[in-house]
Amino acid sequence: MIVSNMEIIPGKHIKEHLGLVQGSTVRTKHVGRDIMASLKNIFGGELLGYTELLSESREEAVDRMKQQAQAIGANAVINVRFSTSSVTQGAAELFAYGTAVVLE
Amino acid sequence: MADLIVLAVFLTVGYVFGRIAETRHYKSIKEREQQYRYLPAISSRIPPVSQPADASILVTGSVVISVDYFKRFLASLRTLIGGRVISYESLLDRARREAILRMKQQAESFGADKVFNIKLETASISKNAKGKIGSIEVLAYGTALVPVEPDKR
Repeated sequence: MIVSNMEIIPGKHIKEHLGLVQGSTVRTKHVGRDIMASLKNIFGGELLGYTELLSESREEAVDRMKQQAQAIGANAVINVRFSTSSVTQGAAELFAYGTAVVLE
Repeated sequence: MADLIVLAVFLTVGYVFGRIAETRHYKSIKEREQQYRYLPAISSRIPPVSQPADASILVTGSVVISVDYFKRFLASLRTLIGGRVISYESLLDRARREAILRMKQQAESFGADKVFNIKLETASISKNAKGKIGSIEVLAYGTALVPVEPDKR
């Protein structure tokens, strides 16, 4: 399964468009991480816990999107976009969407 | 009086640690930017027609970074008179450059030589008790083009 955020796949011909596919996940870290994060707010610097959390959940969102694409018989997802929103304190929704296509 | 002492301690700690962290981070950013100079990140939507048919892979890089207490204090003072908030500008600059570098690192691990259609997204993911922005997340993503040997195309 090819995933790309371009509108075309170089060297491949798009045979069929199957429409929008999406994947999303809402995640939060345990309280310990939040306490660490609030300490970091004094010292400054990278919040490794949150970076990890967000990249993990983004992978999960992409996986769900791929599953959806696979289920409708696509072999690639093009024009993928990401979006992030914070639902409540410490919880974030990661959302990925794109167009499922069949490549020749 | 006790409150003032606590504030002074927080400000000093924030200033010292924040300054050290920022200097160190900028140094590492500059080094790695030099290292990844061969792998250009291009914001064109579509590669030129002359581009050979390479394999395309989605690559992402993200970072969550927090501002220190001293800088946040400066920024809150700045809101009284308005103008450039320099203390936040360097935070955002560091975060974006770091995100791009991590994306390039991922692209390198796939053996890519170019990354097309770069998109940058910024979100403030956590807010402290007073509702001021404490930390920001920057995500950089794009499509890495990995050269494929002609006979395997």
